[in-house]
Amino acid sequence: MNRLAAIELIAKSAGDSLLVCNLGYPSRELYSVMDRKENFYMLGSMGLASSIGLGLALAKPDRKVIALDGDGSIIMNLGSLSTIASRAPDNYLLIILDNGVYGSTGDQPSATSGETNLGRVAEAAGIVNVREVTTARDLRECMRTMRSGVLVAKVKISNAKVPIIDLEPKEILDRFMKAARASPSA
Amino acid sequence: MSGTIEVFEGLKSCGIDFIASVPCINLSELILLVQRDPEIKHVPVTREEEGIGVCAGAYMGGMRPALLMQNSGLGNSINALASLNQLYGIPLLMIISHRGMEDEQIEAQVPMGRLTGPLLRTMKISIYTLDKGGHGKDVVIDAWDEAVKTLKPVAVLVKPSFWGQR
Repeated sequence: MNRLAAIELIAKSAGDSLLVCNLGYPSRELYSVMDRKENFYMLGSMGLASSIGLGLALAKPDRKVIALDGDGSIIMNLGSLSTIASRAPDNYLLIILDNGVYGSTGDQPSATSGETNLGRVAEAAGIVNVREVTTARDLRECMRTMRSGVLVAKVKISNAKVPIIDLEPKEILDRFMKAARASPSA
Repeated sequence: MSGTIEVFEGLKSCGIDFIASVPCINLSELILLVQRDPEIKHVPVTREEEGIGVCAGAYMGGMRPALLMQNSGLGNSINALASLNQLYGIPLLMIISHRGMEDEQIEAQVPMGRLTGPLLRTMKISIYTLDKGGHGKDVVIDAWDEAVKTLKPVAVLVKPSFWGQR
């Protein structure tokens, strides 16, 4: 499964979930494949997708929150997994798209292409519900059944040919916060 | 009234309802008060930069966030303050225990102690200082007021003499 397909599948099955997306190509791919007002596109602060998602999930317990992180980013902020485990909000799903490389900067290998297994790291941090998937079918199944926990999706190395995001940072934030204020449709 | 209670009353007056914290000995009483307050969601974090992300998410969800930290953690927070808070316009109240000045006994605190003011000024982050005799509640209220009006992070630097301990 390539990352663009995984991102498209996640976005299309997200309903009105609030979606925090990691910087670089993942945000560009999400913007290009399914822009929605419930998407927050990170443009900087690499490593903080899972933390932003946690704060949001704690602030909005009546909404499902999904953070789309990457392997290179989560290993910059592994303490975040411990914090998520200690709070364990039941409305927060952290998805790590793991391609084993720093894909936005020239495919330098990350630690997950070596010995580090992110699913086991998440379990050791104390996350109760951890799944790892490699196929679109299993990813679709997890999107249907997982409301919280950590989902590691193994994806192929590929950056789609997508343009940069033509929204101002303030525009991204204002639109997202307005969507977050609205009551959930479910 | 102790410095801790003044700062805590300032936080409550501003309606701060979400706090991330990284411990410092001079913040220990304040962290206890925050932890016990049923109106405040308190998230102990592993690192200051992580706390900035958690607070930004809470703000996006409609809460009023503050971060309790020691100045030694400012160094690992700079990218997040610049490319998250300042880039998007996300307010944050940082209550920073300022070690490394005023007869500091631990030499390792001194380098970041001296760099804290210059780093914040370089980043154009407003600094509110609480020293011996300072009005903790008023200063916290002023700082938060600026953060929400300007949609920026602001720093309250609290000197050891304010807490009445070193």
